[in-house]
Amino acid sequence: MTPSPSVLTGSSRHTFRLAVPPVSGVLRPRLVAVCVTLAVGAFLVFCWGVAIGDYPVDLADVMKALAGSGDPGTLLVVRELRLPRAMVGLLAGVAFALSGALFQTMTRNPLASPDMIGIIEGAGTAVVAGIVLGWDGGLSTQALGLLGALATALLVYLLAWRRGTTGYRIVLVGIGVAWMCTSATDFLMARGGRFQAQAALGWLVGNLNGRDWAQVGPLAVTMAALVPAALLLGRWMRTLQLGDDLATGLGTPVQRVRLALLLVGVGLIAFATAAAGPVAFVALAAPQIAQRLAGTAWPPLVASGLTGALVVLSADLIARTLIPGTELPVGIVTGVLGAPVLLWLLIRANRAGSGG
Amino acid sequence: MTRDKGLRPVFLAAVLAALLVVLCLLSIALGALNIPLDQVVRALFGHPESTRVENVIWSVRIPRTALGLAAGAALGLSGALMQALTRNPLADPGVLGVSAGASFAIVLSVAVLGVGSVLGYIWFAFAGALVASVLVYLLGGLGRSGQTPVKLALAGVAVTSLVTSLTSAIALTDPDALNRYRFWNAGSLADRDGGVVLQVLPFLIVGAVLALSSAPALNSLALGDDVAASLGRRLGLVRLQGVAAVTLLTGGAVVAIGPVVFVGLVVPHVARVLAQQAGIGPDHRWLLPLSAVLAPCLVLTADVIGRLVVRPSEIQAGVLVAFIGAPFFIALVRRRRLAEV
Repeated sequence: MTPSPSVLTGSSRHTFRLAVPPVSGVLRPRLVAVCVTLAVGAFLVFCWGVAIGDYPVDLADVMKALAGSGDPGTLLVVRELRLPRAMVGLLAGVAFALSGALFQTMTRNPLASPDMIGIIEGAGTAVVAGIVLGWDGGLSTQALGLLGALATALLVYLLAWRRGTTGYRIVLVGIGVAWMCTSATDFLMARGGRFQAQAALGWLVGNLNGRDWAQVGPLAVTMAALVPAALLLGRWMRTLQLGDDLATGLGTPVQRVRLALLLVGVGLIAFATAAAGPVAFVALAAPQIAQRLAGTAWPPLVASGLTGALVVLSADLIARTLIPGTELPVGIVTGVLGAPVLLWLLIRANRAGSGG
Repeated sequence: MTRDKGLRPVFLAAVLAALLVVLCLLSIALGALNIPLDQVVRALFGHPESTRVENVIWSVRIPRTALGLAAGAALGLSGALMQALTRNPLADPGVLGVSAGASFAIVLSVAVLGVGSVLGYIWFAFAGALVASVLVYLLGGLGRSGQTPVKLALAGVAVTSLVTSLTSAIALTDPDALNRYRFWNAGSLADRDGGVVLQVLPFLIVGAVLALSSAPALNSLALGDDVAASLGRRLGLVRLQGVAAVTLLTGGAVVAIGPVVFVGLVVPHVARVLAQQAGIGPDHRWLLPLSAVLAPCLVLTADVIGRLVVRPSEIQAGVLVAFIGAPFFIALVRRRRLAEV
């Protein structure tokens, strides 16, 4: 939790300054290398995921179809059937991981992932209520999830508001609200019939089965706005990590930055949960994995997002191929896949500073 | 908070003890059959009004109340301990993977062995809890940097998520296991006979002794690893003792009443506020007992209300604990700056 200066973490860094255009900055070769590797990996897994299935497509044909050429049959399979699912996986992975990185940096606490503060739990309660009680009001599961998530986020913010708010208070109020939502979900699960309970659990572990473009649209639009915002906020996050007092001293508008971080984090997690369900563990694990891969003292945003995408896409690939003929929910595999990676990185960390 | 204006520690202890006694009496008196308090007292001292009352009190209400007391105290104690060990106010007693391990063992025992009763899977659940927590402890200590609070917490979260995924996988494919699991998961004190209490009680007592005796060491640990070491604490030993206590306490409680671990997350925060009011400050010699008294108050209140609102049916205590505890907790968070760990 105490961030150690990046000088101590063993990664080399170079400062650079250009006269024209007037730009200066810090270049971290290891961070850049990690990002590039993750991006290439995520892209390959993405294409591979599109290629396999009941109607196998060559990787080369997949690339062609993605670019818009190829025979009509392949185009249909790739662009209408497989691409939406892969896109939801990709976007949701990035969104979960970015949101996790924002929350962990804002609260300086690796346990403060957005799965703890009620948003995901609210979505879960709304969806399970829809399944068990039939209170769906004609809305799709996705719309229910989104409504639940946003309503809970608003509730948490209002309850935490008292002449301004602090990150810590939001997290604690969020935990209280999450507790109520989880209990309501457990109650509904115990009350419902066994088939309803099974359907509810299928959603609650996070699932990419049967996704189409209707699910991709809202998520893509939201992310087009929120991801750049998150990256712009990144430079202030670095100073927030040093503590509120020091950050204010360095000229960071602490309250406004925190509100902005919160809005971006909540938006990302709400839309991602609505599209993919609460895919377990990505929001918490991906930033921590990225931080240890890149050898930085804070969760790096771009690398976190790419790690999230890689984890979700690989998990979905495994979920689809592990048992032939059965598509497991992706959330089951993200836990099984992400946990050993995080554990391995924890064990390998050679200094208390970079371990935490 | 000045010392003379705040509540006196002794006064605070007396009030809480009285509250707990009243709640115990209410828990024995109220339910599908309401028994007047004077009859309860008479039955307790061996002069029951009728055999029916005696039966209800001794074979249903008292085991149930004892279970609520024991499991509640265990969850409160292990929550306070866990937050001190990881120096993280967001840690709950489930962070070591204990409740996830128990869930997994229950689902596995139902799906593979066809175990059906609470007494049947209690040992499987306890074994699952133990294995998970030993695994987390070992994984958190591997590597050149040795054990750090953050590593311990993250290793716990990773193992929890791994095991939870496997639990979901089994529950999704085996309807019987899911059925058993979802009722246990909601958290309840109902239908546990005296045998369940007696089986978990030894573990809870050993855990409580370990926890309470580590309080002075936890006070040094709160100052940071380096300071604690220079004060003569052996960090490895303190952590081992703490992890053992958390495992026994949480394992016993979770096995008996379900994974109501949120109690352990929230109650220590309330205890810290009360301790601050009483002018004690964040002293674990007070925080641990305070949490151990506050948590059963919450669990018993939830259980009694759950019996009354939809008589003669019941709402699970685990559900009502949230709906009583969370608003109270949120009000507390709003009212003041919570003392950080």
